[in-house]
Amino acid sequence: MLAAAGSNLLAARFQMALSLGWHIVVACLGVGFPIVILVAEGLGLRRGDTVHRELARRWSQAAAVLFAVGAVSGTILSFEMGILWPRLMGGYGAVFGLPFALEGFAFFIEAIFIGIYLYGWNRLSPGRHLLTGVPVVIAGVLSAFFVVCANAWMNDPQGFRLVGGKVLDPDPIAAMFNPATPVQSVHMIIAAIMVTGYVVAAVHALGLLRGRRGGGQRAAFLIPFTLAAVFTPAQIVVGDAAARYVADHQPVKLAAMEAQVSTEIGPAEHVGGVVVDGRLRYAIIIPHGLSLLLTGRTDTRVSGLDAVPVDQRPPVNVVHLAFDLMVGIGTGLLVLGAWLGLSWGRRRDLPHSRWFLRAAVLAGPAAVAAMEAGWVTTEVGRQPWIVYRVMRTADAVNTAPGLAIGLFVLIGVYTVLTVSTVYVLRRQGPAASA
Amino acid sequence: MAQIVLVFLWAGITAYILFGGADFGAGLWDLLAGGPEDGARERALIEHSIGPVWEANHVWLIFALVVVWTAFPTAFAAIMATLSIPLTAVAFGVILRGSAFAFRKSVTEPALQKLFGASFALSSVVTPFFLGTAAGAIASGRVPTTIGEGDVLRSWLTPSGVLGGTLAVGICSYLAAVYLCADARRSGEDDLAEGFRRRALLMGVLVGVVALGGIVVLQQDAPRLFGRLTGPALPLIFASGALGLASLVLLTVRRYLAVRATAALAVVGVLWGWAVGQYPMLLGTHLSIDEGAAPASTLRPLVVCLVAGTALLVPSLLLLYGMFQSDPGEDVLV
Ligand code: HDD
Ligand code: HEM
Ligand code: HEM
Repeated sequence: MLAAAGSNLLAARFQMALSLGWHIVVACLGVGFPIVILVAEGLGLRRGDTVHRELARRWSQAAAVLFAVGAVSGTILSFEMGILWPRLMGGYGAVFGLPFALEGFAFFIEAIFIGIYLYGWNRLSPGRHLLTGVPVVIAGVLSAFFVVCANAWMNDPQGFRLVGGKVLDPDPIAAMFNPATPVQSVHMIIAAIMVTGYVVAAVHALGLLRGRRGGGQRAAFLIPFTLAAVFTPAQIVVGDAAARYVADHQPVKLAAMEAQVSTEIGPAEHVGGVVVDGRLRYAIIIPHGLSLLLTGRTDTRVSGLDAVPVDQRPPVNVVHLAFDLMVGIGTGLLVLGAWLGLSWGRRRDLPHSRWFLRAAVLAGPAAVAAMEAGWVTTEVGRQPWIVYRVMRTADAVNTAPGLAIGLFVLIGVYTVLTVSTVYVLRRQGPAASA
Repeated sequence: MAQIVLVFLWAGITAYILFGGADFGAGLWDLLAGGPEDGARERALIEHSIGPVWEANHVWLIFALVVVWTAFPTAFAAIMATLSIPLTAVAFGVILRGSAFAFRKSVTEPALQKLFGASFALSSVVTPFFLGTAAGAIASGRVPTTIGEGDVLRSWLTPSGVLGGTLAVGICSYLAAVYLCADARRSGEDDLAEGFRRRALLMGVLVGVVALGGIVVLQQDAPRLFGRLTGPALPLIFASGALGLASLVLLTVRRYLAVRATAALAVVGVLWGWAVGQYPMLLGTHLSIDEGAAPASTLRPLVVCLVAGTALLVPSLLLLYGMFQSDPGEDVLV
């Protein structure tokens, strides 16, 4: 039984991480793409031109495929919450289930109006058609908010009492609005907009590089890119707030993010590097940097990993490097946006350098990588807890035999799904950037 | 309070079967539509009918899952832990069905269309089957409350499980055939309507026979449920049978709109009959509704959300169905 639990735990964690990591990319597009599409459609309506409207129409064709894939990859997550972690759901479903139920209604509204929007191009007047996209945007943002509430609760659980191992007095509203909710949900929603913006822009930057200039190609690049670039500085401000929040509420996670091995007064900021045998190596060290970042003073006391017993520490290198990757990419994207801003301010045009477009192509995958790295920071940094300081991941897992088989099937299914999605979208690609 | 949530939950599951189930059934008819050329018009009709609505219909499944895990967490955990195999199959079936359907529309090569089409159609059969076996396992009381005590194979690989699976596939394809009759007529394809009418008649008879045979299976395999079905739930079962017969008559005289209502109501009768049969237990004879329900402090806000959400949902759904059921307008996706 115990052996089964051990191998199940690894399989279940890996399965959860893979399906979440996959779903979240499509989910980001599900939140962000409707915004980008509506901006284009709205511009077309206001200026009375067909170029923008055509653009919105072509984008919505790609979005249709992504919506379908997003819906089904989200469904499997709902099953996995129960199949992989029955003890989490059985024990705490009453506490943190409510945001998922609300999310269910958001999905309804989203799916209904997506159907109307996608199939309504020729049935509705242009103004009305635009209006039917608005509920899609609202519901998309709300669904991201609700599901992140649930995740925030896992990081900062409240709204119940534990008495002798029994969960009493669940208060789902308090659980939903826990201290982690504001930073995490805002950070996530902005991340979704950034991922969509940079990814869509990357596709069209590639088109521009290949010499396709007509058919609104420039607008197709500028609309999503500008949207993403505008949100990038905001994201960094929110990320900074998130780090301060983590320092206050999840000190062990912060120690892992910063590779802070031992508790210190006025610690340095560590960029990169790995911890080997309890010592940080190869890192760039900025004296008092972390202390300054957190409070603006050089004498802040910051807990290290040594503040908790070994069996309560997360895998530090994964968390540290993932965090640095996110911050590094965020900074890089900020520079890229500034480049466009300067050039636009001077002569109302894209930078002439082809290196700008090359960098913009790279920005798509980079934004996705930053978002995934952020989630690895959050989720791996919480280990060994599934609910921080309340329930261990190992105690939540399903002990039924054969969980690993599901993982292997999942890897196969997701490989096929990835290949098919990319293939189908690429088939639409030439049409979309003609 | 728990009873109110259960009514919402069961209404949601009913909606899933009436709408989402029919989308699955349409997949079965897609599978049997014949070669690429012979079947092209039928496939187009099916695609046209389910294209704009299947995602919304699919959300009922999510709705059911999240309501159960919030309001009846113990039962949810027990069901998921014990029935992990059929439910994993359902999850994969859902993935395959939805994505293959979306992909098929977006490619033009016949070979790929065939491949995606076949995946769509096959998963449309497999998914309701496994969902039905899970229902059979729950109905026959084979899901213990304690996680880890359930038998991951023998809970659902039973006569009740197989009955549930078969009935689910049958009901889905029956409903789909019934709905498609009217859709075909509205788009002026009377010959297709005839074809679906024949299939609906055939499936109607088959489902009736399976359901009758099922009563014998339940007597052996799930005595408590059998007792309740032939006791307090009997009026519902009779009503369902009568509506089923009426549907056959209506199909014979080609009253396609009326038969939608009677066929759907016949299915509703079976579902709510099962609910009455199960009441007041959630799982077998070992977990009652009161024992399994979340505390009132969880159920109260949940009920508020359910009421408010429904108030938003119903007009939106009516808008969606109204738009695609009344207006034969141009229907190309973009
Ligand atoms: C486009 C994506 C993106 C970018 C550019 C950034 N982040 Fe981020 N970050 C995420 C996307 C993300 C996320 C959506 O993946 C996470 C995971 C969980 C969450 O709420 O947001 C996240 C989590 C996350 C956390 C952990 C929160 C927690 O565990 O509660 C911190 C401390 C930061 N971020 C900080 C930053 C800083 C200082 C950035 C400055 C450059 C930054 N992020 C850029
Ligand atoms: C917002 C909703 C989310 C919820 C409710 C959620 C929930 C969970 C749960 C229950 C686990 C398993 C238990 C554990 O290992 O602690 C887990 C693990 C994990 N999740 Fe999340 N998650 C969410 C978002 C994400 C996203 C978007 C990613 C993107 C990559 C992600 C990455 C991971 C990883 C990498 C693990 C494995 C951690 C480990 O075991 O080391 N999560 N999550
Ligand atoms: C444990 C974590 C998660 C679960 C259980 C989950 C569940 C689901 C489910 C069931 C769906 C399908 C709904 C439908 O049929 O349309 C879905 C889709 C979606 N999910 Fe997730 N999700 C999780 C994580 C996330 C996260 C972290 C986000 C954050 C942005 C997110 C945003 C979305 C969106 C926007 C959709 C709609 C996709 C579309 O239709 O394009 N989900 N999710």
